Amino acid sequence: MSEEIELLEEVSGAKGRRRLPLTGDYAAAYAVKAADVDVVAAYPITPQTPIVERISKFIADGELNAEMIHVESEHSALSACIGASAAGARVFTATSAQGLELMHEVINIASGMRLPIVMAVVARALSAPVSIHGDYGDVMSMKDTGWIIMIASNAQEVYDFIIMAFKIAENPSVLLPTAVAFDGFLTSHVMEPVEIYDDDYVRKFIPKSKWPHVLDPRKPLTMNATALPEWYYEIRYQVIDALNKSYNVIREVMNEFNKYFNRNYRILDAYHMDDAEYALITYGAMWGFAREAIDRARARGVKVGGINFNLLRPIPTDKVVDLLSNVKSFIVIDKAFGYGAAGPLFTDIAAVLKIYDINTPGVSATHGIGQRTMFVKDFERAIDLVVKVGNEGKSLKNVVHLGLRGWGETL
Amino acid sequence: MHVSNEGELAKWYEIPIAGVVNEPGNTAKIIVSGWRTFKPVIDQDKCTRCGICWMYCPEGAIKYVNKPYSTKKGINYGFTYEIDYDHCKGCRICVVECPVKAINAVREHE
Repeated sequence: MSEEIELLEEVSGAKGRRRLPLTGDYAAAYAVKAADVDVVAAYPITPQTPIVERISKFIADGELNAEMIHVESEHSALSACIGASAAGARVFTATSAQGLELMHEVINIASGMRLPIVMAVVARALSAPVSIHGDYGDVMSMKDTGWIIMIASNAQEVYDFIIMAFKIAENPSVLLPTAVAFDGFLTSHVMEPVEIYDDDYVRKFIPKSKWPHVLDPRKPLTMNATALPEWYYEIRYQVIDALNKSYNVIREVMNEFNKYFNRNYRILDAYHMDDAEYALITYGAMWGFAREAIDRARARGVKVGGINFNLLRPIPTDKVVDLLSNVKSFIVIDKAFGYGAAGPLFTDIAAVLKIYDINTPGVSATHGIGQRTMFVKDFERAIDLVVKVGNEGKSLKNVVHLGLRGWGETL
Repeated sequence: MHVSNEGELAKWYEIPIAGVVNEPGNTAKIIVSGWRTFKPVIDQDKCTRCGICWMYCPEGAIKYVNKPYSTKKGINYGFTYEIDYDHCKGCRICVVECPVKAINAVREHE
């Protein structure tokens, strides 16, 4: 497969740019090369493996001057990244599902230590039962760990978001680890045309920076010391403050990116929301299904719009308030369960609306769990539901499980 | 220690990023006397000045003091060992290690 790609890479496009057929994973690897990272520490896990495999090849071929640390587990992978980042290196790692769970302890340490590590999380369903397929159960388990979490919907966004992630993470008023999540297999293994930019051009956009807390024998300091009850609250609050400040930085970086690379990214994608009476909310690769279903509904005269979350943390509060204040109802399709609760993104959105005293009725739905095949007709069914709820002004009392055999029979 | 002149603890924005400790050696400023249940007390008359407690103390809380001492039996020593009670955590390793049983563990609060 790799030879085939080498041949296709010969195809060249506009000056300083090339259009390559890349999978989401390979797009991530190309972005990491363009970012000129110093250290990569990772452990293979499906569906993330092709990322570090490709990075290894870049290093072996002399195309990227970086240290690849082959660790014995994901716990060690992120620990090695923390060490390298604490020494001032630009670092990258990638993982999925069980790997992310094994990393979990260290995930919180990375944010508490305020190290600008960038990680690709290729979303995969969590065991048990064992699944290698894609859903966001793993990503949702890290949403309250102090990381900035972006979600890419396609291979181009994977490439672009990873470049942005370094600029966001290393911003002096942010200094937080940043994850770029995307769908296992649907995005990670599907080949799409991706426009990549000259590495030198990318490197001018994200010049290497230094942060104030770097290990240096001439200026010794202690990191991650014990914080007793009179210190922990304040130190951990700094993470909350940085996340709050990161929101404007993310917006600025997206604007700069759009100008520099001639793109059009927003924190939330809004599709036909200008005159929408109902809103269909998704993230990741579901966005394509959602837009197609919206097109079909619009053709029938249903005024439905779509919202896609490119940013999961910090939650884009102002955009949520702005977009959902004037609709009759909304439905959130989560590609992850909320165990004993509504869907994870639905819960976050519902909290924003409650805080801002907005009473738009909402429906929580799940689909694509364990990469259950999703069809556009399922999203059309979701639109039918949100229209019904909006017109009747009455919320559903149950979470809707689209595509689940037997769902609804016992209600 | 991020303590202002008035003795107030630093506010969240006054603490260095991630709570890094950028003042090496500041552990000496932390008083741990409240951690003890038992405090070690040296019987200066029994003590042979062997220095084993000084070597074993994990906190460096046994002080070598240039202070002459004459025991009740009339032995003259040119120095003494004393305990730094600000930094002694009461682990009692010195009590166990003393070869002449010259260190007693005394309950802090009866």
